[in-house]
Amino acid sequence: MTTIHSTHPAESNTVGHLEKPRVSTQQSLVAQPLYAAQPVKILWWQQYSSRIFGLGLLGLLATGAALFASDYWLNAILIPFLILALAGLGQNILTGYAGLLSLGSAAFMAIGAFAAYNLNLRVPQLPLLLSIVLGGGIAALFGVLAGLPSLRIRGFYLIVSTLALQFFVLWVLTQFPWFSNYSTSGVITAPALSLLGYSLDSSAGRYVYSLLLVAALTYIAHRLFNTRRGRNFKAVRDMETAAAASGIAVFQTKLWAFAISSFYLGIAGSLWAFTYLGTVEPNGFDLTRSFQVLFIVLLGGLGSLAGSYFGAAFIVLFPIALSQGARLLLGSSIDGAALENIQKIIFGALIIWFLIREPEGLARLWQRIYQRIKIWPLRF
Amino acid sequence: MSFFFEVLLGGMFSGVLYALVAIGFVLIYRASGVFNFAQGATVLFAALTFVSLLELQLPFWLAFALTLLTLVVLAVLVERVVLRPLLNRPPVILFMATLGLSVLIEGVAQLAWGTQVHGLDIGISEDPIFLGDILLNRFDVIAAGIAAVLVIALALVFGKTRIGLSLRAVADDSLAAQSVGIRLDRVLALVWAVAGFVALVTGIIWGARLGVQFSLSLVVLKALPVLIIGGFGSINGAILAGLIVGASEKLAEIYLGPIIGSGIENWFPYALAVVFLCVKPDGLFGQPHVARV
Repeated sequence: MTTIHSTHPAESNTVGHLEKPRVSTQQSLVAQPLYAAQPVKILWWQQYSSRIFGLGLLGLLATGAALFASDYWLNAILIPFLILALAGLGQNILTGYAGLLSLGSAAFMAIGAFAAYNLNLRVPQLPLLLSIVLGGGIAALFGVLAGLPSLRIRGFYLIVSTLALQFFVLWVLTQFPWFSNYSTSGVITAPALSLLGYSLDSSAGRYVYSLLLVAALTYIAHRLFNTRRGRNFKAVRDMETAAAASGIAVFQTKLWAFAISSFYLGIAGSLWAFTYLGTVEPNGFDLTRSFQVLFIVLLGGLGSLAGSYFGAAFIVLFPIALSQGARLLLGSSIDGAALENIQKIIFGALIIWFLIREPEGLARLWQRIYQRIKIWPLRF
Repeated sequence: MSFFFEVLLGGMFSGVLYALVAIGFVLIYRASGVFNFAQGATVLFAALTFVSLLELQLPFWLAFALTLLTLVVLAVLVERVVLRPLLNRPPVILFMATLGLSVLIEGVAQLAWGTQVHGLDIGISEDPIFLGDILLNRFDVIAAGIAAVLVIALALVFGKTRIGLSLRAVADDSLAAQSVGIRLDRVLALVWAVAGFVALVTGIIWGARLGVQFSLSLVVLKALPVLIIGGFGSINGAILAGLIVGASEKLAEIYLGPIIGSGIENWFPYALAVVFLCVKPDGLFGQPHVARV
């Protein structure tokens, strides 16, 4: 069992099935002797069946996408999906796991992107991957800075310090041309991607680059939540005073949450600039992006790794589905402004609906459907 | 020196408008503990509805009354559909629900009335008037007057009427208020309706000045630092902080802008608010926070 437990890192692909099965199998192992005279032997492939199934499926999908998907699917759907999922993950670490609200996620993305760009530009010896990771590190430093006021304030007051950072960072990046290397338009071309000497500048290459990085970071996040620090996040979220009373360093925990979350967001920002847009510009990281990332978490599921993926998939696919659906239903395409407003209405309504009925979002919804499918033929 | 006072007063007049938006927040926060992010969207919705009704050749007062009616319906709907199912949930969840609500209201307003910019003329000229040798905008002065009337009216309603008494009771302790027979749902709907009324007045004044357009819903971002500085639950705090924010951002833009670069209006109030938070986390007039397990 323990050998299975440490399967290879690509396990992170199965985020959809990672959390609950572990808990339930452990519970059933403990509970067995109470009900059965002889402990029932659970074969390893039964215990991890959902994980193996999910891993295989996702691995297949990922390879299939890299090999067969059209450039449109890769560029317009899969790459932004992966990056937004990573950004959602960053926001989720802060908001979903540690219970701290932030409206400055786009600022952290911008810091990551511009830091990575400048590191890559000014220290040419650095490999690109290292620049991206260091960019995430710099974003983490700013995250700690934004989290400092949480020493004195709590709850939604925190959106003020994060909003302050959001406005300030964008102002600095547009005001001082040094950051965009004195480019006259303020828009700069991202460096060429390569990994271990292979050029990855095709659509499929950029997809694989994002996929590897996002998968690795998701796996790390998954492991994080089983550490003491990760569990402290949840304790502080659920009741701060009680957490402090039971010996958790609340302030330190909050700063860690800010740092890790900003690290993820910074890397997402670099990827957004380098693998998705191909340019680095401040305006792509405005307040609208912050809201988008927050909505990913709200719709996908607060405090759920898989939720970030579900939310990102929804936010990427929904506008496309809506415009296609409108074209199908109404014959001709209706005008973009109206479509955008309909989209806003549905987003808003869904956010409220999820908060009321299913605070754990699409992730929990999927889990319920999955449970039902699993026992479907033997329902009675 | 008169230039300094012109900047200061001009800033304070826009501060009055920030304070008006902030008052809408304070009302709802006091009654239900909800930080209502949708107030900005409500301002947009109210102004758009009002201006579109005016463009249908309705007289001013009829358009005003119809818009108010719409806002009351909206308030009742919000209470029924959003607030009631979320009763006793953590404030952060309620805040996020109002975030969703704000997107929803923006969408509805623009789907119903279109996205173009509407001009709004409410018959106040922008002639300059002079106070000594200080130049003032007549529109600003009248807007400040309207705001003052509104604030006094609110104070009278809250202080002197039975409705105001039940509002204060709910704000003080909603459980105790319910146990003496105050209908919480009605009070909440009423407060949202009053906040809607404030949003309508704000929307008309802002709209007359800048045109009725999407950016009206962004006034919420200006009101946020005002609330922080003033303390969440205090109308006086909101007014004072509105004046501080309005004046300081204009002064910073004029006197600090040339040194560190223009466009600092956007983030300066937030920087100020963060400083305030670190020094005085409950704001100028806020209730101190007590932590309990």
